[in-house]
Amino acid sequence: MTDATTTLEQDDARAQPSVKAADIAANPPQRALRLHRELDEVWSDLPGWRGFFTSVNHGTIGLRFMATAFVFFAIGGVLAMLIRAQLATRNGVFLDNDLYSQIFTMHGSIMMFLFAIPLLEGLALWLLPKILGARDMAFPRLSALGYFCYLFGGTVIVLSLLFGAAPDGGWFMYVPLTDKTYSPGVNADVWLLGVTFVEISAMAAAVEITVTILRCRAANMPLTRMPLMGWYLLGTSVMMLVGFPPLILGSILLEVQRAFDWPFFDVGRGGSPMLWQHLFWLFGHPEVYIIFLPAAGALSTIIPVLSRTKILGYGALVAAVIGLVFLSFGLWVHHMFTVGIPHMALAFFSAASALVAVPTAVQIFAWIGTMWEGRVQFRLPMLYIMGFFATFVMGGLTGVMLAMVPFNWQAHDTHFVVAHLHYVLIGGFVFPMLAAVAYWMPLICGRWRVRGLGEAAFWLIFIGFHGTFFIMHLTGLVGMPRRVGVYPDNPEWEWLNLISSIFGMIQSAGFALFAFDVIMQWMFGRRSWRNPWQAPTLEWAMPLPAPSYNFASLPGPRQPDAGSILPLARGEGLLPGAPRGWRETVVVEPGTGRPQHVAVLASNTALPVATSAAIGSFFAMMLAGFYWVAPLGILATLIVAWKWGAIMGTDRDHPPADVAPGIRLPLHWQVRNTLAYTGAVALLVADATLFASLLFGVGFLAVVAPNWPAPESGIATWPMLAVSLGALAAMALGTVASRLAEQRRADPSLRVWTRLGLISTGAGLVLLGVIGVWLDDPTRHARDALRGATLGFAVVHGVIALMLALRADLDARTGRISAERRGAVPVWQLFQLFWLGTSAVSLALILVQEVL
Amino acid sequence: MLAVPLLTACNGPLSTLNPSGPVALEIARLWWAMLIGAGLITAMVMVMLILAIRRGPMLTEGNTSERRWIYGWGLGFSLSVLTVLLAFALWVGERMLARDDGAVTVQAQASQWTWRFVQPGPGGQPVMTEGVLYVPAGQPFDVAITSTDVIHSFWVPQLGGKMDAIPGHPNLHRLMADEPGVYEGQCAEFCGRGHPFMRFEVVAYDPAGPLPDFASITGPMVEPAFPEDVSGFEGTGQTEIPAQESSE
Ligand code: HEM
Ligand SMILES: [Cu+2]
Ligand SMILES: [Cu+2]
Repeated sequence: MTDATTTLEQDDARAQPSVKAADIAANPPQRALRLHRELDEVWSDLPGWRGFFTSVNHGTIGLRFMATAFVFFAIGGVLAMLIRAQLATRNGVFLDNDLYSQIFTMHGSIMMFLFAIPLLEGLALWLLPKILGARDMAFPRLSALGYFCYLFGGTVIVLSLLFGAAPDGGWFMYVPLTDKTYSPGVNADVWLLGVTFVEISAMAAAVEITVTILRCRAANMPLTRMPLMGWYLLGTSVMMLVGFPPLILGSILLEVQRAFDWPFFDVGRGGSPMLWQHLFWLFGHPEVYIIFLPAAGALSTIIPVLSRTKILGYGALVAAVIGLVFLSFGLWVHHMFTVGIPHMALAFFSAASALVAVPTAVQIFAWIGTMWEGRVQFRLPMLYIMGFFATFVMGGLTGVMLAMVPFNWQAHDTHFVVAHLHYVLIGGFVFPMLAAVAYWMPLICGRWRVRGLGEAAFWLIFIGFHGTFFIMHLTGLVGMPRRVGVYPDNPEWEWLNLISSIFGMIQSAGFALFAFDVIMQWMFGRRSWRNPWQAPTLEWAMPLPAPSYNFASLPGPRQPDAGSILPLARGEGLLPGAPRGWRETVVVEPGTGRPQHVAVLASNTALPVATSAAIGSFFAMMLAGFYWVAPLGILATLIVAWKWGAIMGTDRDHPPADVAPGIRLPLHWQVRNTLAYTGAVALLVADATLFASLLFGVGFLAVVAPNWPAPESGIATWPMLAVSLGALAAMALGTVASRLAEQRRADPSLRVWTRLGLISTGAGLVLLGVIGVWLDDPTRHARDALRGATLGFAVVHGVIALMLALRADLDARTGRISAERRGAVPVWQLFQLFWLGTSAVSLALILVQEVL
Repeated sequence: MLAVPLLTACNGPLSTLNPSGPVALEIARLWWAMLIGAGLITAMVMVMLILAIRRGPMLTEGNTSERRWIYGWGLGFSLSVLTVLLAFALWVGERMLARDDGAVTVQAQASQWTWRFVQPGPGGQPVMTEGVLYVPAGQPFDVAITSTDVIHSFWVPQLGGKMDAIPGHPNLHRLMADEPGVYEGQCAEFCGRGHPFMRFEVVAYDPAGPLPDFASITGPMVEPAFPEDVSGFEGTGQTEIPAQESSE
């Protein structure tokens, strides 16, 4: 066994000749126009409406994400204006209480899930390959899949408003208010299913961003010297990988409680509403930093350029990002200071919440220091950056105030918090994003803006914002709670609200003017010259507007920055043109950035939209309450998902590609450590977090919830033990088979191993099914419901492992696996191992509960 | 200067800036202190920003500037401010926790969308009321907070902070009113359609004087939140209490 592994490693080393030297010679120059035609032919979208459904190009998808996010921003903004109109007087008659609940819930949910997160995803998708020096994201089809899930899910959520069926439990959807007893309608299901469907796009983006930053950088650009935006987005994506799973788990559990009466959150049967709060805020707090980090990345990019200097303290900023990533997972309880937390815990979370201000302060002062060192040019993006400082500093300080438990007890759930959160979100996210739009617009549309409009929009937004929200702190302190639509007995709050409402309208006018300005720039702006801000980063090393393929040849150590625009266009960089007629980009080693292989990326395809439609059909049937046909949606998803695997394999060996003089790299089919492999690892990190959240639920309910211990279970311990061991043995056998299949891939015995893997995976699933039949009725007690959930987790992963085993077996039988080509086998191994590990924990847990 | 008339114009019976008990008073003090600090810090950052924009480029030699901005301001300044603030807030918070000192315990039970209270009435007998809670002024009391349906939150801004009413997880909340009087309270956690109207009153009476007229109600008695340690009045089972059983 060890023998075999070492030969394999040597094998790998041979298959992926890493380039050692720091320098890479230049390719001979070619005619730029010819290269452009050759590449554009391969990379551009299909014309017309077919392009809409088939594009996978990060440029197109990223812009589409951002444009859609701004449309949802406008919808959320209209809802905000309805809120302000309603609150302007104490007996507002616009909206009755039911409608008011829907409107503020939808305003919050749209702004968070359909505006902020998608906007940053769109920015990352559009910008990352350009700023890092690649031709596309690591998984173009995944970008498109995410987009359609976002579009479909978001549309359904918004349409629910028209039918009066919009979610109405507040954007954090606390149970029991949102369970079936108190929300019998479909409203809460729209939120749970719609948001979960949309979050597929967040998970897709998180995996993609992580892998792209780690592996799709310019040749020999070490991680430690990549543009700061890379670090910020890496922090963001890692937080998304770990932050979203608790929310997704919570939503699934709550939906299962609503649909099938499994009592995860029902105190009467051993559940607890506190579990929802913990799961929600385990996501919800990191969420705030997920939103803030990309915006801070934009600031760290733009401030030095417009101050004509270098950023101050690159290393300190990277440390601040890493610090924020870690700290932000230790703060969620500060949203729950009033639920009755043991007081040592209060002190701990209060201190942690205050501590998180430190990395933020480091960044603020680094930016001010940068401006201090340089000479600030007062261009439009800088104006928005000033707006950011003036707003975000105050939002941060009120945040520190709220971290102080005694004060929190007064201010919590009042308009003080509403003011604080808008200072942070609009100050810390919207202003920097508007700066980013103003800054990158020339690259997006190749045009320069129309004078004057942008400044006017800024001042309207800025004055409108502070007029709306500054006084709202006071509204909260004099006692007005959030989420009330009328306050007939409190005339003293009326004039405060009226002021907020008037300025709210001014602010909206500002946003409308901003949108108008962008459209004017797009249509009538004069052509911009290259690199209009004289920025150093690579996204400016291309003609304006950015071409579909970004770089005619990819940047390496000789083409380090925006100054290399001509050599790159002439093909002196790596991998010039598209000689094989494929979309290709260079994949590097994560740390050093040494080129390792060439990835062939997917071209225009309708597979993503079909897949999201298939997934969407499942969600739609769940929403309609057709629970017994909903599995058809899963089946449809599995069928389309099967097609995705094709890109992992090919049926012949390809010669290595010429990348630069003296450097030939293999294509991705002939290496082990592909983008897909890294992506699978990233996905499993998220998956492991989901599993850990589930275990947290088991522990939490057992310790904290009333009505425990659970009633005696009807499981016979010994048969259960025997079948569990049998299932685990089958999974282990499958894992071993998947390893042997790789080791013997050049051998005829390969087919034996893939077939064995397939059979034992199937056997494992069947045995899990037996256990499922034995489990107690999951509606009886939360313990039984959680057992059902852990078993469901195991079954889902069994099905994934089975699909991969089937793929491997079919590949083996059709000659798509060879000494050089591994197909899907390495990814199959990963999932087998994960399935085995998590199932072992789950089954052991059930058995331990039985014995104790 | 402008702030004073501004404040009086909106400082009503639900204002946290109008404290009538020691807890609310401490928190209001904490707030004013934090406001001053935050105002100073904001002003300081704005001045730095303006100076940074105004002055021409002056590259400082070596990495002294990094040391100044990152370590001096970013780490040193923020850590010291936060440490002081946190210590102060912990000290304030520590003194407002409910503790075992024989203070009166009253029950507050939230339901969509009303509050029921049980408090010691004439002769120490438990009395159940709806929408009005009677407590002695000038001495601390603990509110045992429960909910029969969804999550609500008990909040009397003039007396102190809020505490959630969560089904299955009773909470104890210490408050005190300095003077006899009527203090307004409201539900602070969104609890459905009737949330804006889920108001109540706390009547603080002079313990030395005659008891007020308890507007008691009948019905199934509020379940005790902490059956073991609700001292003072035992009989809070499912007993019926006759209407208008009050003093006089
Ligand atoms: C266009 C300017 C905006 C105005 C005038 C506005 C106004 C408001 C108001 C008045 C509320 C409180 C409603 C209530 O509690 O009764 C609210 C809640 C909220 N807003 Fe905004 N908002 C604006 C923009 C935004 C943006 C840009 C975001 C996020 C990126 C956002 C996120 C939220 C959230 C999360 C809530 C909480 C909703 C809930 O309580 O469930 N808002 N907004
Ligand atoms: Cu309530
Ligand atoms: Cu309420």
